[in-house]
Amino acid sequence: MSADLPTTLLAELTHRCPLHCPYCSNPLELVRAERELATDDWLRVLDQARALGVLQLGLSGGEPLVRRDLETIATHARGLGFYTTLVTSGLGLTRSRAEVLRDAGLEHIQISIQDADTVSAERIAGVASVRQKLAAAALVRELGFAFSINVVLHRANIDHVGALIDLAAALGADRLELANTQYYGWGLRNRAALMPTREQVDAAEKVVRSAKEQHRGRLRITYVLPDYHGIYPKPCYGGWGRSYIVVTPDGAALPCHGATGISGIHFDSVRDQSLEWIWRESPAFNAYRGEAWMKSPCRDCARRSVDFAGCRCQAFALTGDAAATDPVCALAPGRPLIDTAVAESEGETVYQYRDYRQADGSSAIRTSVTR
Amino acid sequence: MTTDVITPASVPSLWRLARLDYDAVRARPVLLYPEGAVFLNETGRAILELCDGQRSVAEIAATLGARYDADVASDVAEYLAELVARELIDVR
Repeated sequence: MSADLPTTLLAELTHRCPLHCPYCSNPLELVRAERELATDDWLRVLDQARALGVLQLGLSGGEPLVRRDLETIATHARGLGFYTTLVTSGLGLTRSRAEVLRDAGLEHIQISIQDADTVSAERIAGVASVRQKLAAAALVRELGFAFSINVVLHRANIDHVGALIDLAAALGADRLELANTQYYGWGLRNRAALMPTREQVDAAEKVVRSAKEQHRGRLRITYVLPDYHGIYPKPCYGGWGRSYIVVTPDGAALPCHGATGISGIHFDSVRDQSLEWIWRESPAFNAYRGEAWMKSPCRDCARRSVDFAGCRCQAFALTGDAAATDPVCALAPGRPLIDTAVAESEGETVYQYRDYRQADGSSAIRTSVTR
Repeated sequence: MTTDVITPASVPSLWRLARLDYDAVRARPVLLYPEGAVFLNETGRAILELCDGQRSVAEIAATLGARYDADVASDVAEYLAELVARELIDVR
């Protein structure tokens, strides 16, 4: 199976993060600081990625600003010609760091917002953070960066999409991404507390549809559908190993950020192999390329070239078989798993906060309850 | 989105977040923007290079028409309308 050229690299520079968002897609087992790739490793990965055809670079985490070498990495990225996005909570974006990043040629900053009102936002983030986020947003605007706001939607904030759109417009964002939660890592652990009701989802879609037209030409609004509430699976990054590479803080190269959990597949590290070898030759990236691996009902389905049987990581996480049809599909044998999860969208909201300090799982996980 | 968003008097410009570039790996011009890339042919590149927020669609079509010795007005309008629908081109 020959490979297409990849277009996008998500560089997860660290799992360290000042926020504790319960929807985080990072794995439950977070990479410790001492296992993180060194600056030179990242610079080499960027060289290899550009030579392989990657054009879009996401500097992400965790919180990438935790890395003191972010400016060095961003400077190198600009020199190679990437379109680079800093994916940040906004915490740690001081004026001096923002100015250095601007002078380094960083083009685009995406700041996460948890909710439109402070109390709710800080309960979701698990930490006081709104004041710093608003200051970071003002700085990004003032310094002329291309500016996106990202909001992960779930039961506690999806009813506020109208207010979130107003907030993004007031902050002068160029772009707003409203992304329904994807249930990986911490998000999957907190699924019952995050799952919106169908009524909430339907109401939000109506608000977003009219706001898109209202803001056309000023604020671009992207809406990522809630796949559990649909009948077809998402075409995960256009298919396994077709356009997208994630590199984790300790160097594992993945076709999808949820892939670390898939047992039985060894994901090679950029410490040991070139990105080109990993992309073209590695067993992991070839495992679910093309259609030969597909099972029924996918292998005879007309939509197999549209959604590629959905997400392999979601299939594995929910069924234990990474080659199974994504259970989101209405035709999948596993669909009852999704219907059951959607039905859990009632009741109390108890978060198990993502907590880097407790990444070894040894101590109690902090929880929070509201009704 | 229909082509009537583009008239000969419309003045198109690239979205503030979009950047026209050349990908040496694929040997193709490309329009880059947050989380996306549109690979262009030479005609597409020629049109987008003229979308400077100053020239009208009629002026762009006239410039390219002279360069290629052909009537390209409807092709230019159609091409730009598609990019307006994708919110990669702003018009005033």
